[in-house]
Amino acid sequence: MTAPLLQVRDLKVHFSVRGQGLFAAPQTLKAVDGVSFNLASGETLGIVGESGCGKSTLGRAVLQLLPATAGSVAWLGEELTALDKATLKARRQDLQIVFQDPLASLDPRMTAGNIIAEPLRNFHSDLSALERKARVKEMMDQVGLLPTMINRYPHEFSGGQCQRIGIARAMILNPKLVVCDEPVSALDVSIRAQIINLLMDLQSRLNLSMLFISHDLSVVRHVSRRVMVLYLGKVMELADRDSLYAAPHHPYTKALISAVPIPDPDTERAKPRVVVNDDLPSPLNPPSGCVFRTRCPKATGICAKVTPILEPAGPGHDVACHHWRD
Amino acid sequence: MTSSSLTSPQDAPAVQGRSLWQDAWRRLLANRAALVSLIVLTLIAIAAVFGPLFLPWSYDQIDWDHVEAMPPDFASGHYFGTDSLGRDLLARTLFGGRISLMVGILATFVALTIGVTVGTVAGYVGGKTDQFLMRFVDLMYSVPLTFFVIILMVFFGRNFILMFLAIGAVEWLTMARIVRGQTLTLRSKEFIEAARASGGSTPAIILRHIVPNVLGVVMVYVTLTIPNVILLESFLSFLGLGVQEPMTSWGMLINDGAAELEINPRTLIIPAAFMTATLFCFNFLGDGLRDALDPKDR
Amino acid sequence: MSVLDIKALDVRFANTDGEVAAVSSLSLSVEKGECLGIVGESGSGKSQTFLAAMGLLAPNGRTSGEVMFGDTNLLTADEKTLNDLRGDKLAMIFQDPMTSLTPHMKIGRQLTEVLVRHRGLSATFARDRAIAMLRRVQIPEPERRFNMYPFELSGGLRQRVMIAMALLCGPELIIADEPTTALDVTVQAQILDLIRKAKEELETAVILITHDLGVVAGLADRVGVMYAGRLVELGDVRQIFKAPRHPYTKGLLACTPRLDDATGGTMPTIPGQPPNLQNLPAGCAYHPRCPFIMDRCRVERPPLRPTPTGSLSACFLEGSPS
Repeated sequence: MTAPLLQVRDLKVHFSVRGQGLFAAPQTLKAVDGVSFNLASGETLGIVGESGCGKSTLGRAVLQLLPATAGSVAWLGEELTALDKATLKARRQDLQIVFQDPLASLDPRMTAGNIIAEPLRNFHSDLSALERKARVKEMMDQVGLLPTMINRYPHEFSGGQCQRIGIARAMILNPKLVVCDEPVSALDVSIRAQIINLLMDLQSRLNLSMLFISHDLSVVRHVSRRVMVLYLGKVMELADRDSLYAAPHHPYTKALISAVPIPDPDTERAKPRVVVNDDLPSPLNPPSGCVFRTRCPKATGICAKVTPILEPAGPGHDVACHHWRD
Repeated sequence: MTSSSLTSPQDAPAVQGRSLWQDAWRRLLANRAALVSLIVLTLIAIAAVFGPLFLPWSYDQIDWDHVEAMPPDFASGHYFGTDSLGRDLLARTLFGGRISLMVGILATFVALTIGVTVGTVAGYVGGKTDQFLMRFVDLMYSVPLTFFVIILMVFFGRNFILMFLAIGAVEWLTMARIVRGQTLTLRSKEFIEAARASGGSTPAIILRHIVPNVLGVVMVYVTLTIPNVILLESFLSFLGLGVQEPMTSWGMLINDGAAELEINPRTLIIPAAFMTATLFCFNFLGDGLRDALDPKDR
Repeated sequence: MSVLDIKALDVRFANTDGEVAAVSSLSLSVEKGECLGIVGESGSGKSQTFLAAMGLLAPNGRTSGEVMFGDTNLLTADEKTLNDLRGDKLAMIFQDPMTSLTPHMKIGRQLTEVLVRHRGLSATFARDRAIAMLRRVQIPEPERRFNMYPFELSGGLRQRVMIAMALLCGPELIIADEPTTALDVTVQAQILDLIRKAKEELETAVILITHDLGVVAGLADRVGVMYAGRLVELGDVRQIFKAPRHPYTKGLLACTPRLDDATGGTMPTIPGQPPNLQNLPAGCAYHPRCPFIMDRCRVERPPLRPTPTGSLSACFLEGSPS
């Protein structure tokens, strides 16, 4: 195995939320609560979970767009959380992000060319306007945009094209790690496959590492080498892609996988389902012990008392559950 | 990739995009009330700036042959007649317009500069900076305006420049609050996060992304502030805190005219008509701008 | 007899640049106890079709054609007739339950109001009925939830409340517009179960509008595929998924990632961009993206006609020997 590019250890991101009522004490929202993983060069780690599980917060905390409350994020052995502003800015060349909402992630008052060129202006101010324009056009071509569209504004593009602009902006500095935060969720079905192909194509060409955050397990299966399942800020299961989808160990992963509708009437109607109740606990007041126990069909007394730790359940397959062996 | 087959040569001429500003401008011109207002305002402004140059009488010149207020008379060149001191009313109205518009625009510009700076910084930086700046704004709000202006006048004497500063210093408060509110909604937008991820520094993000995006709202507010300031100036002039004779402004002319309302209504009606038309047009223009910049229509 | 029968429906919107055709000459019908899935991407007209049918179009919308619900033409019915039907015999479930529930009213009152208004029930009787319905849609502790405000409930529970409200008066037709798009998958599965149960137990006709092929596969009996405001294929759910006829349906199925597919690698795609309604291509609107394009597709619009599998497809390939 190659040395990890990114090493995240026990990362916590807590937010202080104002309590209800005038004199209520502020409450702590543990958006990410003790997440650890490694990411190798050229690898894609899929991060799945439902809304509120902390997957977007995790991605932003890795990129230092949100401050970590505790834990460490080591990039090529260097601790990112401890860096001063100037050094961190320099590191940002390697760390980029692609957003969910293609239109909202582009400044409506700027042309496509200026949007894509912005990272160049921040990091390569020595480039002349002409050189910059050439780089932008080359990048536009790489992401499948006509370079003649360089002077157009975001509202003149379709959603898929806007996402291509966002991808071009993220790739123009030749980053080493790209966090893709639900990059295809807001797109039409017929455009999703195009963007997925583009991302996978760029990844193999530029040898990128990716954190691919999505709630869509089908898409994650397609793009990832390993997959991490998050629930209320904690890792439930972390495993190689095929192992996770073929033999999920955690009851939550099982429920998730069985709930995803499959576009085939016979398979969809015949498949067995793991039913979990949909009474989600408040993230402000998560259950004691295992956070999933209130919805878990296998929960027993121990689940309320002892928080399960992530333990190996097979080669490249970690799971955090007291009952995964049953 | 599918692109290579579609891609035309790199040096093909780029298609020119249509920016949101151009869109808004097009919509503004399609709005009849706003367009008429824009034309009327331009005419009034041109007349106020260049008009006095072509008149036979200047604003402070007394026509000793007509010391009494005189009705319009083309032979002597008093197209709107004279005031009670024999000064040409048209020249005075146009010159007063020059002062009023200048006060309006310059004071608004002062308000704009301070308001946008404070508002964007408070909104974007947030935290203690925001707290400090906004509490200062609250504090300034609680100082009565007239009292504030009188104190300034007493300390520094009656001074034309001082009036811009005084009015501007009061008008920026609302501007700062509006801009801060806009900035707060912008700050949570993904494109701002994208700019941070691309290594943009705080000043660069404020200048490159925040300011251009609050400018739409600011422009609407500017067109509504200018008439406000013109009114404020006439109010100060009415209290005797405004410009000094023989200089004049619309506010002062109206003040003088009001004194002679019964014997000589013309001296009130003419400057009042100019001022009302101007205020009216600014308000219509503001409304038109708001509609034109409203992204919901897109 | 059909519950809902749409004939040659056109929906147009007037805007500054002229008129946009959101839906064009669309005809379909729904039978009692049947679930019709309507699939399409944004701008395909799938939502506008049924908003028009419910009389809920934006003010600049114009319609022509006929939408028969029983003996009533919903397009020409007056506001009072529509109000009497909506929430009673015709129910609608929207994507975002937060915007379709009144935020400042307890959900109990919103539920009983429907019964009092349409059924003339007394308040206490209506309360019992409403709580029974909340229990039926598997809301835990219905008596307590009855006195809660919408914002106090999770998204899944709110959507259950919406379904309870839709079912209260025993509607003949439920129109569900992306009912699970805003929900998590584990919740989605249960909401779909509820809709399925309502359909089977109450013999309610359901129109399920969605972009998610998987949702349709699990619930629908028949499926209509829309593209650029027109129905391009309509048929039995198994035929549509197993033997799609229209190139767009084929493309859509091929480019949808499947959870049970472990191949990986480059995915098949539909090239190009979704059509811009302001500026639709001539002939078949799909022709710029279609791999089977023929010369006549650029000029002529293919009509919807029967295929050997029994479904309807709007493609010239159907006429020619393949």
